[in-house]
Amino acid sequence: MDELQKHMLDEISGIHEIPEGAYNIRSNGTSIGRNSTANIQIDTKKDKPGIDIHIKPGTVHESVHIPVILSETGLTDLVYNDFYIGEGADVTIVAGCGIHNCGNQKSQHDGIHTFYIEKNAKVKYIEKHYGEGEGTGERVLNPQTIVYMEDGSYMDMETVQIKGVDSTVRVTKAKLKADAKIVIREKIMTHGNQTAETNFEVDLDGENSGADVVSRSVAKNTSHQRFLSKINGNNKCNGHTECDAIIMDHGSVSAIPELTANNIDASLIHEAAIGKIAGEQITKLMTLGLTEAEAEAQIISGFLK
Amino acid sequence: MLELRNVCFQVDNEGKEILNDINLTIDEEKFIAITGPNGGGKSTLAKIIMGIEKPTSGKILFNGEDITEVSITERAKKGISFAFQQPVRFKGITVRDLITLAKGEKISKEEACEYLSEVGLCANDYIDREVNASLSGGEIKRIEIATAMARKSQLSIFDEPEAGIDIWSFNNLIRVFEKLHSQTKGSLIIISHQERILNIADEIIVIADGQVTEKGKKEDILPKLLCKSKEACKFYQKA
Repeated sequence: MDELQKHMLDEISGIHEIPEGAYNIRSNGTSIGRNSTANIQIDTKKDKPGIDIHIKPGTVHESVHIPVILSETGLTDLVYNDFYIGEGADVTIVAGCGIHNCGNQKSQHDGIHTFYIEKNAKVKYIEKHYGEGEGTGERVLNPQTIVYMEDGSYMDMETVQIKGVDSTVRVTKAKLKADAKIVIREKIMTHGNQTAETNFEVDLDGENSGADVVSRSVAKNTSHQRFLSKINGNNKCNGHTECDAIIMDHGSVSAIPELTANNIDASLIHEAAIGKIAGEQITKLMTLGLTEAEAEAQIISGFLK
Repeated sequence: MLELRNVCFQVDNEGKEILNDINLTIDEEKFIAITGPNGGGKSTLAKIIMGIEKPTSGKILFNGEDITEVSITERAKKGISFAFQQPVRFKGITVRDLITLAKGEKISKEEACEYLSEVGLCANDYIDREVNASLSGGEIKRIEIATAMARKSQLSIFDEPEAGIDIWSFNNLIRVFEKLHSQTKGSLIIISHQERILNIADEIIVIADGQVTEKGKKEDILPKLLCKSKEACKFYQKA
């Protein structure tokens, strides 16, 4: 790996060298490093670009890293990654994509991740997106996450996009069986004239299934964000979605919920709050000796922590 | 140390006088209690000292320097701190973050524990809590006081610290202020309606209708306040 690749890897996954455990590092459309372990098998797909990740039943305290780096301008990278998580497993999966575009053409990565989570398995899925580069070429990321959850399974999904991605359309779909639960935490900050759209669609099909989707976002300059959250309560279930956004300068945010209760015992809640930083918050931090700009930065970083 | 000269404050649109020609001097290492009826201008005065409100006319001097036009940030750096009557809530900022910001440097858990236990909170339970809507009014009020204590300022202003504090904790609160007064070199200004807080002050200032109506040693002022309770308005009964 060269210095740029190492730097990008650090930004998206917080790792400096080759990660421990199972991993696959994809750079400019090809795999540049891979490791399978006794319990986690990573194979190249035969019919389309991407990999299959099989995690044996009962695998606990293991992790999989699958970072993607794009540093060539003008490259459009499409990849399908499928995860098969065996019954009773408890694993952490760290994905993420960093684009360094120093040219004037568009660089784009579309990652389509499908999860098959077997009975009583637990997954923590972390996904970070980051863009940089001096070039005028756009940096585009369109991730899709499709999740099938069997009885009693659990998924905790954390997605972060803080900097440098010009355009993103995120689609997350989940279908949950009985006693399955999904928790999604999204953090987005947009600046310049970036746009970010997120679509969540969760089907709560099984009895006592649950979803908790929370998005926190900051839109600066003239950027725009759109947050759509759709929850279908098809059984006795609990669903909660929340959009909490700070707008600055001329930024704009739309929050569009769509809750459908198809069962008398479905309990669904949506909350949304959009507004600028409260003046009294800035005043309070100024009384502690921070300047107005420092106060603002502190409030934003706390909000997106 | 702090001097207010002919300070007036009007509300822009109505021209209503909130403060009318306030002249005050607060000496070093003094414990001053400000009291008086609701709406008399006490909180406005405190905000004017901190720089949150700008006086319509008049001057504010701190250690001999004219700070009338100085920002909140600069006043904080010069040694003025302020505990809000209604503390501000933040999503994502923890109690530890807030105390760290107040202190201006990284603090250990032990040190944070010291400030929190002073106000009757267990550091283990609170240090990593967010200062958000999940805290009760009493809890956030105590955190506000702990934050002001951590600043160790030359002048600390507390706007009705007793509001929202339960009666059992009230005894501790009195001790907190006594200790703050005896151990730190700074001056305290506490806005309060509580006799027991007034009772531990060196001086009492009474503000009513935007003016200083009484000012002097606690021994002289407190007895007057206790025997003078004005009758409430009976406007509708007259009719």
